[in-house]
Amino acid sequence: MTAPEPLLTVSGLKKTFDLSQPFLNRLLSGGGRRFVHAVDGVDFTIPRGTTLSLVGESGCGKSTVAKLLMGLSRPTAGSIRFDGHELAGTVAGEPPAVRRQMQMIFQDPYASLNPRWRVARIIAEPMKSFGTHPDPAARRREVDRLLEFVGLSAADGEKFPHEFSGGQRQRISIARAISTKPEFLVCDEPTSALDVSVQAQILNLMRSLQRELGLTYLFISHDLAVVNYISDWIGVMYLGRLVELAPADRIFAEPQHPYTRLLLETVPDISMAHRDQERPAGEVPNPITPPRGCHFHPRCPLANDRCRSEVPEFLARDGARVRCHAVEEGRIASFPMRKAG
Amino acid sequence: MQALSRAYSSDLAWSFRHSWTARISTLLLAVLFLAALLAPLLATQNPYDISQLFLLDSELPPAWAEGGDPRYFLGTDEQARDVYSSILYGLRLSLIVGFASVALAGAIGISLGLLGGFMGGMVDGAIMRVADILLSFPAILVALLVNGIARGILPPDRHADAAIWVLILAIGLTNWVQYARTVRGSTMVERQKEYVQAARINGVSGMGIMVQHILPNVLGPVLVIATINLGMAVLTEATLSFLGVGMPTTQPSLGTLIRIGNEYLFSGIWWVVIFPSIVLVVLVLAVNLLGDWLRDALNPRLR
Repeated sequence: MTAPEPLLTVSGLKKTFDLSQPFLNRLLSGGGRRFVHAVDGVDFTIPRGTTLSLVGESGCGKSTVAKLLMGLSRPTAGSIRFDGHELAGTVAGEPPAVRRQMQMIFQDPYASLNPRWRVARIIAEPMKSFGTHPDPAARRREVDRLLEFVGLSAADGEKFPHEFSGGQRQRISIARAISTKPEFLVCDEPTSALDVSVQAQILNLMRSLQRELGLTYLFISHDLAVVNYISDWIGVMYLGRLVELAPADRIFAEPQHPYTRLLLETVPDISMAHRDQERPAGEVPNPITPPRGCHFHPRCPLANDRCRSEVPEFLARDGARVRCHAVEEGRIASFPMRKAG
Repeated sequence: MQALSRAYSSDLAWSFRHSWTARISTLLLAVLFLAALLAPLLATQNPYDISQLFLLDSELPPAWAEGGDPRYFLGTDEQARDVYSSILYGLRLSLIVGFASVALAGAIGISLGLLGGFMGGMVDGAIMRVADILLSFPAILVALLVNGIARGILPPDRHADAAIWVLILAIGLTNWVQYARTVRGSTMVERQKEYVQAARINGVSGMGIMVQHILPNVLGPVLVIATINLGMAVLTEATLSFLGVGMPTTQPSLGTLIRIGNEYLFSGIWWVVIFPSIVLVVLVLAVNLLGDWLRDALNPRLR
């Protein structure tokens, strides 16, 4: 039996930012070159019609992955295969026939809509630019349909973004994203700037869109409750590396990597309020000088000399993948987690 | 109608209705603009038309002074030109040069600032170094330089006709730096925003992003600069004309009038220099006060 080719396959994706001083300054003041490995060898695949979520703390590189996929940033190494096309060397919007299939929803609904444009023009921009609806009248009809599809009214097209609430703006953003009938949506923390009650509405809208249009999502978030609600697969990132990739229910039921466990334990829960929780000490290390070996070892209760010197492989294990020496060697107790968040 | 009522209830309109300086300076400017616009109707003679000048009437004092002639309300100069009519026509020239040079400086500055801020790197570096060099000279010196070069290129018999264009070019090329720096700064901020990323994702070209997305969002501060710059441009024009490298005596602007009057001041003919000076001061003061008010009204931190 052959599985259908996944819509998106990312392998060995790397992005290094050069933070060095200019050459002359380095020569004079004697500073060395400095790099940040924002994304340091990430592999994942997303089957058609499913949702993969990337979770992790601020600065772990999850938003950089989104930018690399969309061509807003050029990968240092690695490959991005989308629907049979290699996109690693291309820029945003190129080639149009493929990029039309990929859209993005941004985190900040106040910055992602041009404040000087009317909503109808904002939503019509991708259709105009990609030429999917060359006739202005047809474009306008499609804008009206999209507005109603995302739960606004056609008359809202004449308004400016500042006349809407955050949740409504995110609906406009979604209408723009689905205007070119894409197959794949990158959602970069689309609900983190919204009130909790509005978050649920937007998440429900996204789920129903997925059902009706057969969309594939890459969902980026730091909110595990949101991720639990929407994901089929979850990838946990730490300092530019994926440390665990598993089906969503598995992550919550039996997390493998110590960092995943740490993340799950920090989800606030009333029943845990007065219990002392054992928690690895320390903070996220500086990404310019990440720890040698496993990046997580300074905070990991199970770290040994091997963890401090050797980078763990991203090994497959019971349908999931984990990057941890302790898991590989069986040093970690597969302790049952409390109920999923 | 709806747009009108919205404009009336906007913050800017509210601030305008509650600011005496804004209202008075707008009133003064409206009077001066109308006077310049309707100069041919309001003037009692055409000071450019030699056939209307009667040398016997030269150097007459204002109508109310001893020896004044009621036909020449503000007196006449040594060529028997009516000072009142000359001021109207001169005001006209000063405002034309002012507005045109502000438009030129704005066009150059906005384009270069947008380009530098959006492209970054070498393009930005080159544009901003030129701007820095220009800023390190006094504006009047740069204007004199451009003026001198333009006059050197043109044949001498064309100088009088071309004077107004040379002035616009000289002042425009001097004043673009401020626009470029402001627009560049705002562009660098806007460029990072997610709506620009959304446009890039959708294959909008760099030009399209600059002109359609970023430009409308960086024009706010430009309006303030342009207003204050109008006052400066009028002053620069007057200075150049006063120094004798601006408008010729046959087509006097306010600055030229002041220069002509200055030559006769010590022979007791004060009216030729005083009246154009008052108009110039009122014009520049009103423009600057309006510009200051606009800057404060548009600054959210001062509300």
